[in-house]
Amino acid sequence: MSRRIWDIPGGIHPAENKQQSLQSGIIAANIPTELIIPIQQHIGAPGKPCVEVGDNVLKGQVIAGANGFVSVPTHAPTSGEVTAIESRPVQHPSQIDGLCIVIKTDGDDQWVNHSAINDYQSQERSYIIDAIRQAGIAGMGGAGFPSAIKLGIRPDTKIEQLLLNSAECEPYITADDSLIQERADEVIAGLKIMQWLVQPQETLIGIEDNKPNAIAALKQATADSNIEVVVVPTKYPSGGEKQLIYLLTGKEVASGGLPSDVGVICQNTGTAYAINRAIHYGEPLISRITTVTGDAITNKGNYEVLLGTPVSTLLSQADAKFDKTSRLIMGGPMMGFSIHNAAVPIVKVTNCLLAPTKKEIPEPDAEQACIRCGSCTQVCPAGLLPQQLYWFSKSNELEKAQHFNLADCIECGACSFVCPSNIPLVQYYRFSKGQIRKQEAETKKADQARERFEFRQARLEKEDREKEEKRKARAEAAAKKQAAKKAATAENTAASESGSTVSAGTESTGNTATTKLKSTWASATKRWKDAEKALKVAEKNGNDHIDALQKKVGQLKAKADNAKSLYDEAKLANAENADSSSSTSNLTTPITPEQPITPQQPATPPTNDPMQVLKQASADDFNTWKAAQQKVQEAEATPSDGVDIELLRKVEAEAKEKSVASKTAMKEARAKEKEAMQAKKAVEDPTKQLKLDAAITRTKAKKALKALESLGEDHASYGALKTAYEKAHTAAENAELALKAAEEA
Amino acid sequence: MSVLHVTSPHVHRPFTMNALMRHVIYATIPGLIVLTVLFGWGTLINVIFASIVAIAAEAIVLKLRNRPTSFSIKDGSAILTAVLLALAIPPTAPWWLTIIGIVFAIVIAKQLYGGLGSNPFNPAMIGYVLLLISFPLEMTTWVPAYTTEGITSVPTFAQSFAMIFGSVDRDIIDGITMATPLDTFKTYAGNDLTKLQSASVLQGNIAGVGWEWVNVAFLIGGIYLIARKIITWHIPVAVLSGVFLFAGIFHTLDPDSYASPIFHLLSGGTMLGAFFIATDPVTAATSNKGKLIYGALIGVLIYVIRAWGGYPDAVAFAVLLLNLCAPTIEYYTQPRAYGHKKANSGIAK
Repeated sequence: MSRRIWDIPGGIHPAENKQQSLQSGIIAANIPTELIIPIQQHIGAPGKPCVEVGDNVLKGQVIAGANGFVSVPTHAPTSGEVTAIESRPVQHPSQIDGLCIVIKTDGDDQWVNHSAINDYQSQERSYIIDAIRQAGIAGMGGAGFPSAIKLGIRPDTKIEQLLLNSAECEPYITADDSLIQERADEVIAGLKIMQWLVQPQETLIGIEDNKPNAIAALKQATADSNIEVVVVPTKYPSGGEKQLIYLLTGKEVASGGLPSDVGVICQNTGTAYAINRAIHYGEPLISRITTVTGDAITNKGNYEVLLGTPVSTLLSQADAKFDKTSRLIMGGPMMGFSIHNAAVPIVKVTNCLLAPTKKEIPEPDAEQACIRCGSCTQVCPAGLLPQQLYWFSKSNELEKAQHFNLADCIECGACSFVCPSNIPLVQYYRFSKGQIRKQEAETKKADQARERFEFRQARLEKEDREKEEKRKARAEAAAKKQAAKKAATAENTAASESGSTVSAGTESTGNTATTKLKSTWASATKRWKDAEKALKVAEKNGNDHIDALQKKVGQLKAKADNAKSLYDEAKLANAENADSSSSTSNLTTPITPEQPITPQQPATPPTNDPMQVLKQASADDFNTWKAAQQKVQEAEATPSDGVDIELLRKVEAEAKEKSVASKTAMKEARAKEKEAMQAKKAVEDPTKQLKLDAAITRTKAKKALKALESLGEDHASYGALKTAYEKAHTAAENAELALKAAEEA
Repeated sequence: MSVLHVTSPHVHRPFTMNALMRHVIYATIPGLIVLTVLFGWGTLINVIFASIVAIAAEAIVLKLRNRPTSFSIKDGSAILTAVLLALAIPPTAPWWLTIIGIVFAIVIAKQLYGGLGSNPFNPAMIGYVLLLISFPLEMTTWVPAYTTEGITSVPTFAQSFAMIFGSVDRDIIDGITMATPLDTFKTYAGNDLTKLQSASVLQGNIAGVGWEWVNVAFLIGGIYLIARKIITWHIPVAVLSGVFLFAGIFHTLDPDSYASPIFHLLSGGTMLGAFFIATDPVTAATSNKGKLIYGALIGVLIYVIRAWGGYPDAVAFAVLLLNLCAPTIEYYTQPRAYGHKKANSGIAK
């Protein structure tokens, strides 16, 4: 039965140059004195080193664990000592260094304990998949996608075809070819494990028709199985995953989708071999076959090389003429990238090391103008319009480039290969893709910022609205209170005025003072009652500060009582004061004919403050006494008959007594006033506590918001912080409500 | 060890733009030979003279534009433009006609738009149309082809040289020239049936006398271009189909007023236009679907202008009109990319 081959559009036929490296069998590469093992040799998260400098490791020992789902562990390729864990040059397109574990080899090549999984078919599938993952196997064709993820399909996904990619369409590379030629049975054994894992309807091997020996070996190895070897015409890039899938099945993987979406899984030849080693021998992925070729290499061939072997070591073994080569290419001439440093290690995806002479691959010619000849369009395997993409990339019209499906470019390089103007088209596409990625990241950031801003705006508006409402409510309450107060004052004034008409002078002053004290007492009482009310409200609302409130209510009650007694005392004191002042005036007037001692106190207008009155009285008494004292001194200094010194002395003594008494009265009154003040303050205390509370919660909310606003990309913690902020905000609102209630009370 | 840091791909097809242009020029050789055999040395002299003028004009403008001169001239695009224009103008065209046409084509139509790859219109055709509109007499006087009844000789090299560079009186030239088959048909079709049927110039072996072979020669050159993958089949096939279809329809309806499709395909500049002019990549559509639309519309326009327009031939006008449409055609003929259910179309939102 001959299977239908779906021809891929486009494609090119570059010089194959494969024979050079097929002249001998697989050559075992030397163990270098130092292995440099990057912890990231696959797509996904880099591994986590689990050895330390100075540790002795055995061959196959895990030296870096998998770090996340899309990650695989890394193993020591041979026994030796870890001498460094540091950044070293690795195969990175942008020449960026990567973290590597450096092992000084001991030459013993001593294995760690390992064992094969006997009769894997009796095991759970997940166990085998995990074993593949633990063996550190990642796609060995170039991308290095962890194989276990590809194989670990969901149970509801039906796999129709399992493909083994043996096309190896890039010029020069023969790693898979030689592997199949020499170890076809092991490759097929690995493929069978995968077949058992994903249970496909059919299993196909895609191989280009320029590998007759490999085809024969595969046919022989699959003779008694249901695996079909499908020979496809040689054309670059039929070995691209998407291209091979189309070639063999006629299915297209949707743009941005995965092969398993269309029921296909495609694995590389080297991967199948590695899976076989992992399951049937218990050996992790620590070596691979790398083609070393190019005219600058004397011993061209395929080398089985330990991962981490520096390129320079391998090239030396192959006897490379460094002065002849103009560039070192890791990978094939179509998609490989030039490396800048021969210390770069061989990794899991290194299928070829190409050291061409200047004649073989000359320096690129100068770029000429695009004449829109459309050769690129004719060879594009993805069905794109490369020259339109080139124009858009050149003029930075990223939207248009995206509209022309730039994202579907597989960077195979066919367009650049045929371009008569030597335009490095792929370079332009890579640049534009990078720009688009950057732009998308920025757009995402901007969107988040906008979202945050809008959220903040809404919150501020809400807060303003609430504040305004609160303010209005307060203003209303205040207006009501004011009105009530006015009414009360009006009554009071009316009362005191009617009183003052009867009693004049000091009496009226004394009356006002006592009235004030009375009102202090009244307000103290009121505050106590209010606090009691607040306590009740608090009790009802289950506020935290009930205890404090209760205490305050008790204190307030005491203060109110105090204020009452103070008022009573003041009343008495007032009466006394009135007596004393009248007596002073009574005394002075007849004794001093020239009226040297002028009683001044009654002249002061009646003040509103009882304290003021007392103070005034005390000051007046003091002055009177001093004046009397002076009189006595004068009389003593210039004795005259007209003046009775004794009488003067008596007056002075009396005045002194009076002054002292009034001073004490004032002091007492002051102390009492202080107490009253404290009482007043105490009344305000519970609200103060609440205010403090509200302030604290508000600050907390604000802090949460600030944290929220400073936070960017990470969605998960953003959400968590958002909830935290909302909680804090609600708490602040509650506190404010409680405060309001207390204030109203 | 110093290594070159370049990105993939590292290998290139050894086929440069210069080679591409050279192959197109090679492909015009059959047509050039036939033109020389049938109409004398005039065309060959014009081709060489036009090439020299074109290189000079290109060099001067490149110098003025501060561009690398020899690097750009080596791409061969100026020579190709000159060859195509020289093939299109009559072999008797005086030297100043060639200079005006070439300078306008190279300087105005190509370099002032930004040089190679940036010109929206086919430079050779811009030059041709300028000449046709400005000097209609000189541009339409063709000596009779060698195969015409009663013609025993073509101008010798000296005669051709004298007609182009000498001071041969236009009256003398006019005396030996005669109308081309397309011209003749346009004059008599629909009004003088007897003259139309007796016109010797229309009695060729397969189409109009002389021009049938010119077109066959260009067809051969065109097939060479397709075989060498320098052009794809899409544009020529679409152009010829457009002409054939329209000519077929109208010829079937009224054979006396409308010439046969074979006559149209093998007259005037049809084959030169279809394989060498319309396929100029810079000014054509690039996607395969776009090329079909572009070519078919050129074919239709060629026929429409020939049949009902004011000029006997119409390749230049048809190509220029479609040059205008090419960018728009491009937007609506994006191919379906791998992994997409249908092609994107129109302008990016």
